[in-house]
Amino acid sequence: MPRTIKDFERPIIELEDAIDELTRAKDPRYASRIKALKKKLRKLYDETFSNLTAWQRVDLARHPDRPYMLDYVAQITTDFVELHGDRFFRDDPAIVVGLGIFKGRDVVIVGHQKGRDVKARIHRNFGMPHPEGYRKALRAMKLAEKFKKPVISIVDTPAAYPGIGAEERGQAEAIARNIYEMSRLRTPIVVVVTGEGGSGGALGLGVGDRVMMQENSIYSVIPPEGCAAILFRDGKRGPEAAEALKITAKDLLGLGIIDDIIEEPPGGAHRDPVAAASVLSEKLDATLDTICKMTLDDLLEARFRKFRAMGRYIDKSTEKSP
Amino acid sequence: MVWFKKKKGIQTPVGGLKIEMPDGMWLKCPGCMDLIYRREVEDNLKVCPKCDYHFKLGCRERCEQLFDGGKYEEFDMDVYPTDPLKFTDSKKYKDRIKEHQKRTGLVDAVINTEGKIASCPVIASVMHFGFMGGSMGSVVGEKVTRAFERAGRKNLPMITIASTGGARMQEGMLSLMQMAKTSQAAARFAATGNVFISILTDPSTAGVMASFAMLGDLIIAEPGALIGFAGPRVIKETIGEELPEGFQSAEFVREHGFVDIIVERKRLKKVLGSLLTFFTSAGKGSDLGELKAQG
Repeated sequence: MPRTIKDFERPIIELEDAIDELTRAKDPRYASRIKALKKKLRKLYDETFSNLTAWQRVDLARHPDRPYMLDYVAQITTDFVELHGDRFFRDDPAIVVGLGIFKGRDVVIVGHQKGRDVKARIHRNFGMPHPEGYRKALRAMKLAEKFKKPVISIVDTPAAYPGIGAEERGQAEAIARNIYEMSRLRTPIVVVVTGEGGSGGALGLGVGDRVMMQENSIYSVIPPEGCAAILFRDGKRGPEAAEALKITAKDLLGLGIIDDIIEEPPGGAHRDPVAAASVLSEKLDATLDTICKMTLDDLLEARFRKFRAMGRYIDKSTEKSP
Repeated sequence: MVWFKKKKGIQTPVGGLKIEMPDGMWLKCPGCMDLIYRREVEDNLKVCPKCDYHFKLGCRERCEQLFDGGKYEEFDMDVYPTDPLKFTDSKKYKDRIKEHQKRTGLVDAVINTEGKIASCPVIASVMHFGFMGGSMGSVVGEKVTRAFERAGRKNLPMITIASTGGARMQEGMLSLMQMAKTSQAAARFAATGNVFISILTDPSTAGVMASFAMLGDLIIAEPGALIGFAGPRVIKETIGEELPEGFQSAEFVREHGFVDIIVERKRLKKVLGSLLTFFTSAGKGSDLGELKAQG
């Protein structure tokens, strides 16, 4: 598989390739040199990844080698059957839904799906759903509710597709309806942002009892480039906008938007997808354990309270700012 | 073209009254491009007497037109915006808020009101486009939510009047989450069995549309209003072609099945009155004459 290397990854990958080459030579004279290089590599990892800028996270979240929904599904479920179509218009390949067995538990999984190569990218519309994608996901979630299965929602989309057909078929209505129904769906829902949490397009699958983000994913009200184009009148000032919009997992945990951060292997999920899936799987399992124990009434009340409390304003009648 | 300038200060006697209307006695109608005598437009509910173009209304003008005797009570006036992200673009968000507060006399982009329409008590959240493009941040989300809660508590119909470009970027993800907050408020309100009427005015797009504004039991639009999810410019850039004539107009959206009725401003109060009577009269036989006339 051809790999894509971002600028800030380059020194690490060059060093890794050098170590690989020396190791392959199987010459004992290189042993000390390899040891030194490995030490240097660890240091370089620490320096590079302990302090990523918001824009570097954007790069990682959009990394073409990053694992996508179906990669994770293949890793974390023992069985998965994809279901197709919204029963109204068509099957939207940008959203995948299905029945799965996850750690011995029946689950319904919904999520955005991007394509890996050019053909697949076009087929998946770059992970940008049409209204029928959201309606398909809602159908699957209603199925989960009816048959008492928890929902795992995997979020990874640049945006809901801005196109003529999408508008004609009610993109706004489809997203609004999903948010509305997810807020009162009588079954546990756990949401994980694994890549790009693109605004309303993400939130259309993003309401749940627990919302988590992978360490290098982003979640934003608008793409940083779009924000820069509007507010700074310069689309190239994306890095600044990324910083200002507070879109990283750490920032959003601090703002009370998400509940937990899921760690990724050093260098990001794409450097070791198996390890990334394993951490994700453990976190999902523990989270489902907790929320599946709650009564549905308690669960729904807690879900409501969680989103009810979001926002920052000053209430001058009490002079408290929540 | 401005022939005579009015003195400043006389322009905005009440907060949120005037938007989008340039100074002067004459104004150019964006609908028919004709020069029209300003008073004529203002006396006609801010609708062009020649081509029926609906100028944007400030939230208070809107309330005065809709509520019986132009009288209403405002509540939740203590909810003020803050700057949670310390956001700065060409200006500090803090300063931008202050500037818009000063210019509009409003605290943020929505007011919560209670009053009567056709003698039927209602709660209404009315948005104001002139305040940062009617964008929804924490204050708008909180106030719309509180209005739903109040309507539910008091067993009253709920009306929202959208006039918005979407979520407020300057509050980042906190703004996006207002979509979830207001939509779940609409869901809880629906369970109380009271009617929710959403009115879409020019423009109604993005975050507000993909949340409470699309969740009404009934959705009413003003003629010619721009209604959609993505803005036309974004769509045009994405697909790289010209957009069809009338795309994302109220009429287009009704044709595609997402708006119940299009109502001209001059008939809006009467139509709302009929609807409110119908949905609150417990089968006593309402008068739907106003609705039939709408076609």
